[in-house]
Amino acid sequence: MPHRGTLKTATGFAISPGRRSRSRLGEAFIHKLLVACALVSILTTVGIVVMLVAQSVGFFRQVSILEFFTGTKWTPLFAPPNFGVLPLVSGTLLTAGIAILVALPVGLASAIYLSEYAREGVRRVLKPFLEILAGIPTVVYGYFALTFITPLLQKVFPSLIIFNALSAGLVMGIMIIPMVSSLSEDAMIAVPRSLRNAAYGLGATRFEVATRVVMPAATSGIVAACILALSRAVGETMIVAIAAGSTPRLTLNPLESIQTMTAYIVQISLGETPHGTVEYYTIFAVGLLLFIMTMLMNLFGQWFVRRYREKY
Amino acid sequence: MRDGQVFQQHLKLRKFRGSVFGLIFLASTMVGTLVLIVLIVDVLRDSLGWLDWQFLTSYPSRKPEEAGLLSALFGTLWVMVFTALFSFPIGIGTAIYLEEYAPDNRLKRLIQTNINNLAGVPSIVYGLLGLSLFVQALALGRSILAGALTLTLMSLPVIIIAAQEAIRSVPGTHRLGAFALGASKWQVVRNIVLPSSFPGIFTGTILAMSRAIGEAAPMIAIAALVYLTFIPISPLDRFTVLPIQIFNWVSRPQADFQHLAAAGIIVLLVVLLSMNAIAIILRNRYQKRTEE
Repeated sequence: MPHRGTLKTATGFAISPGRRSRSRLGEAFIHKLLVACALVSILTTVGIVVMLVAQSVGFFRQVSILEFFTGTKWTPLFAPPNFGVLPLVSGTLLTAGIAILVALPVGLASAIYLSEYAREGVRRVLKPFLEILAGIPTVVYGYFALTFITPLLQKVFPSLIIFNALSAGLVMGIMIIPMVSSLSEDAMIAVPRSLRNAAYGLGATRFEVATRVVMPAATSGIVAACILALSRAVGETMIVAIAAGSTPRLTLNPLESIQTMTAYIVQISLGETPHGTVEYYTIFAVGLLLFIMTMLMNLFGQWFVRRYREKY
Repeated sequence: MRDGQVFQQHLKLRKFRGSVFGLIFLASTMVGTLVLIVLIVDVLRDSLGWLDWQFLTSYPSRKPEEAGLLSALFGTLWVMVFTALFSFPIGIGTAIYLEEYAPDNRLKRLIQTNINNLAGVPSIVYGLLGLSLFVQALALGRSILAGALTLTLMSLPVIIIAAQEAIRSVPGTHRLGAFALGASKWQVVRNIVLPSSFPGIFTGTILAMSRAIGEAAPMIAIAALVYLTFIPISPLDRFTVLPIQIFNWVSRPQADFQHLAAAGIIVLLVVLLSMNAIAIILRNRYQKRTEE
């Protein structure tokens, strides 16, 4: 009963005018303080954009934008250096693509199971496992990819080298299953019961209701879940830094060693590169590109949900 | 008659297809659980014989048998305390502002959209922000403070969203009741809204923190790969954290270091699990109290 005391204070305080004006000042101060808290998030975005652009300017003063976007070699540490970002982009898309190929069918199937098939008790047991899976640090997944999945894959592909895109992509896919699953499940649960009941009334089986009624009605949410999960995979860092290698290569062969944009930033950051060198600026140029890519995907995902949501 | 037979046959097929896919869906749901079990068993097996008192109380070393993670463990604890100190008040303050104070206008929508987008920014980008803002521009150096501020910015969106959900779940009638008795806005927030949304806020905040603590990428941008043989004693000292130390060991080719990495992972998971356990225990206790 914590409320009763409060109300007494409120009454007591209305009687005394002196306390009231002082307290009005206090209210105004608290309001300002809360606005200041909210501004931190705006400032963070401004900070990210300003910092990435300002530092990238230092890079683009020395390297032409055309070379950055069309060059097919990324060798900033060699002489002569090459600054074509395409190999890093292809590495990023390759691992993220493999991850989505794993996470989409598995995540979607488990979302259907959890929202259409599972009884409440089963749900309550299974959901925490997915939540734990989502909470495992990515460095642990990286370790798992390198020391468990890669040796396993080498039994299938004997020529597979230790660092490869396939192993990193597969584990990354497992990492984003919970995200695909819970976002799609939310979309499916939002489909009204009446639609399901109507289909059952016409004699549809559970499977038919799930795939022909619920899934089409939840399409916008499912597509958004995929886009957001893809964005997460593109920005994922430690798994690829540990298991995918550090050889930027313009290839879509999953058995090769590659380097992603994020893994490159980690590689350079490890060495405490001196401030002001081209090498130091490269990580910001790559970071800016990464930020723009993920931001566009996130905005598109959010827009897609708003635009195509079925209204009931 | 014939039509009926065809229908019956078709129905059997449809039901069969339904149960086959039902099994496939169930199997897919089990994939996550299965991987989780395999992962934990794999790490436990690899760390066997390496996780001991000496490992917890030694500094990193070139010799695997003498190496430990004392400095990384203390670094993680330091960063955790400071991140909590900064991110709790700012995160809860923002959530209170958005849910209780902000008029429903453009600015509010802008802040809200912005927070949703910030939650999707890759963690390594926060590392770059921290590197150029805290390490360089504010000249904090590669210190615990710079690391904690970076993690604060990274975990804020998640904390704000969790706190908002908790605050939203407080029934509007409670607020109106208090207002009717003459309470001011802040009195309503402090005495009505916060006490009943506290369990939700607290759980969300701790979960966000445990995510942040497990992140290696932004910390690598701030702390770099450092060979620390002392326990940091001031917030301006250099530091390393568990995920970086684990990454360092994983990246070495020798098998012994892989065992050290596995042992480090167990320590990290224990730290994270105990944070989650504390969150759950506190939530249950407070929930009981507010239900009384």
